Amino acid sequence: MTQLSPLCLLLLQETSGGRIAHAIEGVKHPDLSKFLVIAAILFIIGVAGVLTRRNLLVIFMSIELILNAANLNFIAFSRYLQDTGTGNPMAGQIFTVFIIVVAAAEAAVGLGIVIALYRNRETIWIDEIDLMKW
Amino acid sequence: MYKFIWLVPLLPLAGAAINGIFGRWLRFPEKLVGGIAVGTVALSFLISVAAIYSYGFGGNGLWPNPYVSTQTAFTWIPGGAVKQTLGQAAPGSGEAKTISIANQPVTVPAARSSLLNIEWSYQLDPLSAIFMLIVNGVGLCIFVFATGYMHDDPGFYRFFAYMGLFMFSMLVLVMGSNFVMMFVGWEGVGLCSYLLIGYYFNRNEAANASRKAFITNRIGDFGFILAIFGIIATFGTAQYTQVMPQAASYPIEMLGNWGLMSWIALGLMIGACGKSAQFPLHVWLPDAMAGPTPVSALIHAATMVTAGLYMLTRTNVIFQHSQTMMLVVAVIGAFTAIFAATIGITQNDIKKVLAYSTVSQLGFMFLACGVGAFVIGIFHVMTHAFFKALMFLGAGSVIHGMHHEQDMRRMGGLRKYMPYTYFAFMAGWLAICGIIPFSGFWSKDEILWRTASTNHIPVGWLLWIVGTIAATCTAFYMTRLMAMTFWGKYRGDDGKEARGDDHTRGKHEHHPHVPHESPKSMWVPLVVLAILATVGGFVGISTAFTGGKEVGGKLNIVTWLSPVIWNPSTKAFGAEPGEAPAETPAQTIRAGAPINIERQAEGGLPYGDTGFNLAHAVEAKLGSETATEWVFIVISLIVAGIGIGLGLLFYVKDTRLADVWAARLAPLYRASYHKYWIDEFYGWAVTRRTMDLARGVFNFDAKVVDGGVNGAAWLTRLSSKITGGTDKYFVDGLVNAIADFVVRLMSPIVRAAQTGLTANYALVMVIGLLLAVAYYLVKMF
Repeated sequence: MTQLSPLCLLLLQETSGGRIAHAIEGVKHPDLSKFLVIAAILFIIGVAGVLTRRNLLVIFMSIELILNAANLNFIAFSRYLQDTGTGNPMAGQIFTVFIIVVAAAEAAVGLGIVIALYRNRETIWIDEIDLMKW
Repeated sequence: MYKFIWLVPLLPLAGAAINGIFGRWLRFPEKLVGGIAVGTVALSFLISVAAIYSYGFGGNGLWPNPYVSTQTAFTWIPGGAVKQTLGQAAPGSGEAKTISIANQPVTVPAARSSLLNIEWSYQLDPLSAIFMLIVNGVGLCIFVFATGYMHDDPGFYRFFAYMGLFMFSMLVLVMGSNFVMMFVGWEGVGLCSYLLIGYYFNRNEAANASRKAFITNRIGDFGFILAIFGIIATFGTAQYTQVMPQAASYPIEMLGNWGLMSWIALGLMIGACGKSAQFPLHVWLPDAMAGPTPVSALIHAATMVTAGLYMLTRTNVIFQHSQTMMLVVAVIGAFTAIFAATIGITQNDIKKVLAYSTVSQLGFMFLACGVGAFVIGIFHVMTHAFFKALMFLGAGSVIHGMHHEQDMRRMGGLRKYMPYTYFAFMAGWLAICGIIPFSGFWSKDEILWRTASTNHIPVGWLLWIVGTIAATCTAFYMTRLMAMTFWGKYRGDDGKEARGDDHTRGKHEHHPHVPHESPKSMWVPLVVLAILATVGGFVGISTAFTGGKEVGGKLNIVTWLSPVIWNPSTKAFGAEPGEAPAETPAQTIRAGAPINIERQAEGGLPYGDTGFNLAHAVEAKLGSETATEWVFIVISLIVAGIGIGLGLLFYVKDTRLADVWAARLAPLYRASYHKYWIDEFYGWAVTRRTMDLARGVFNFDAKVVDGGVNGAAWLTRLSSKITGGTDKYFVDGLVNAIADFVVRLMSPIVRAAQTGLTANYALVMVIGLLLAVAYYLVKMF
């Protein structure tokens, strides 16, 4: 951003109070609530998928959605903190990287379980996998 | 020089420690072990000789005052100082003081400098000096002898470690400056005696004998320790130098009066009886012969058994304050003398004969103490140490030469094979028989003379008769021993005498049945002791030979020891200068009681009328004291001659006579041969009763105590069954019933939640999440 600042300054001077200036302002200080709404929508889609779908693979995908919703929140808050300067903005980004790593590991383990399950039970439909019943 | 006496007991201890700790570990050769042991004892002997010379004869000698090594001493058992709460009486001033408190005169008791601080310090005085010389000098001879006697013994280092420890204990006993140190030495020598009697621990009889000796000694020690408590309680200290002057100020307790001094003396006498093997407690000493012969010579003849005499003489003030106990000591001594002498006549084991002879001679010493002649008792201790150690070592040499044969019936004619041993033994024989001028004559004759002329106790004449008969028996059995061992013909296994010609000394393995002379390390000590046994008696030469005076100044044992002895006539320690101590004053006297009354009026007889007095009766007839003494000297020489003559008649001239007379006097012979069945009686009366008691107690334990315990256990088991049943059937039943009821009631409802469908569970999670968030939101707004 510091390398771009001469250009930005130039644009600011040419179109003071115009749409460009507004857009630049929006980039410099993005609105947190929009990201949170998008993340909430993603999260709800994910939860609904987990609760309603019967295919295990699809459930996995839905879990990924949930995780990504969380990631999005982290990134948004990180950017927000960078603006306000009231906290450590790097923490959110590092957490996101961690979550991606954990998600990858989880997917690997989970898919392994799915394959093992299929080999044993010849199904990945979870309403047929009801051994946890009393 | 006498400042170095602390080294005297320490050196043998150091030698014993080196031998005992490193001897086996570093595999010391015999020469090194023997060198360390003999070297330390020799050094100790030299130091004690130098110390005693500088003490008694040196330029700044302290004699007759005792020297107590307080410079190098330390407080061994501190008792703390008495806190003086009233007045300012200086500690140790020893005088009561009257002070004024609130205008009232108050008498403050005399302050003691300390409550009871028992220090570890050594005392050098005439008595301990003599014992140091005996223990170290005779001990040195016996150590040298033992290096030869114990040759090739696997426990060589162990033997010398024990012997060194014994020397240390004995020296502590005689050199300690208080009764507690004497007790430490007393127990130490008892321990070493136990260890050394049981030296051949793989032999059952030795193990039994060592236990017997220890247990019998414990009985005596019990009396001794009670007496020590009595002394400490009475005098507030255990230090000799403080006890003796205090004891001297007590009144004399006449015959029949039983006071404090008599009680203390009784305890001391019990201790002395145990250690010195006097009559009721003598049984351990003959059995103690199971130990190696040098041990018998050192411990059970020359030194340890005389500890009782040392103690009696050390506490002669206390004994002389109790006429009753003096009589007891004299009677026990005289009885033991004749009792053991008659047993000695019939024994066949050479060491047993010597053991009973030792008991008998110790009886003579006690007799001397009992009649008030403590100095003569110590004199006899000394001469006895010489000749009895000599005879034991001679017996050891014989046993060594005979390849461990102790039965005299298989000896005989050894004069030819063992000339050195024979001539040395002969000196001992003449000494113990009491032939002038050998050492035993001087002491034994003096004992009998003092017994006959005693003013201390009644019935002196009776004790004199008993002692004279015992002396005759002594001469008889010693002649018998000589005859059976050295004279006549060799009665060994095969009876072949000629094989001795090609015999090589010291290699007896090759000729197992031929006696041989012992090596030089064994006969040289014998010769030294033989010389001592021959001339040693001159330090106490009878006044009859020297014109009624003690000659030789401090070299005369009577003069030398007199500062230790309390004189009841003058109520002071020691004799007045220029006057013979405890001698009867030269004056015209008549026989019987009136003399004593006359003397009592003059203050010369502190013990009052003691009845008929043989010496005084003879003196009244002859009119001269020296002549009377000569009469008694001649009598004792005659009875010694009778004893020797009978011995020669029975065992040299006609050897069948012994058997004939044994058959004629069969009951007496059997009684003597079986030692008057004392051991059997003790076995029946003490050992068996103890076992009965033990069995009874065991039965009580097994039946009553165990029964009680088992009954309690049975009761506990019963109650546990009841409570267990209650718990199992009632309490558990109730719990199970309730649980079953709850399960039956609730399970249809609760198990409906478990659908087994993953989606359901996830839904519940989501609902929970929503509820949590909702709760949070509601709370926020």
